[in-house]
Amino acid sequence: MVDLIYFSWIRERIGKSGESIETSATTVLELIEELKKKDIRYSEVFSDLGSFRVAINQELADFDASIVEATEIAFFPPMTGG
Amino acid sequence: MRISVQNEFFDFSTEIKNFSATLENIGALVTFTGIVRGQKSQTLDYMVIEHYPGMTEKQIHLIVEEAFKRWKISDALVIHRYGKLDPGEPIMMVATAAEHRIEAFEAAEYLMDYLKSKAPFWKKEVLNGEENWVESASEDETALSRWQ
Repeated sequence: MVDLIYFSWIRERIGKSGESIETSATTVLELIEELKKKDIRYSEVFSDLGSFRVAINQELADFDASIVEATEIAFFPPMTGG
Repeated sequence: MRISVQNEFFDFSTEIKNFSATLENIGALVTFTGIVRGQKSQTLDYMVIEHYPGMTEKQIHLIVEEAFKRWKISDALVIHRYGKLDPGEPIMMVATAAEHRIEAFEAAEYLMDYLKSKAPFWKKEVLNGEENWVESASEDETALSRWQ
């Protein structure tokens, strides 16, 4: 089981702040492809890889990063701190 | 080093006073405070800042540690708020102390640049009752290239 967490407009468009899922994906990209098949909200949110970022176990990661050791994966738009 | 991610209002003059009270042998103290715009134009109702509890603190810690590695600074302070903020309220502040001003200025700018696009905060503006997520400016991520 891995915990997915969504922030900002990703949370709003998917309609929940997170969920626990079973996945056979080994990379972030594979996970995204799996999520896109769930329903149209996911396929729309994740359609453009340039529009969001990912963190694995609370560390920023690339889309080709392994999620084999992941317990928490977060998806969010580019950050707007400061 | 002090890092605070908080909902509560802060008074920057009090924070600077407390920060500087513990410093010794410094010749430069640089501070920056970010304020919610729109207090005069009254176009902005308020701002809401969302963050990633846990990761936010860790990420800011990494950014501040990197500043310590790059510049000879004696201390640094980062305060960043989340939640609902009204126009005119402080959003965040950084302070850096060093023996010389160049180090203090550069470290403060570095902290600002990285907090803008590498700390997990998301701003939402509410204008005339309409909500909009603030889009990141491409120049914010470009700004990081000068430190790489």
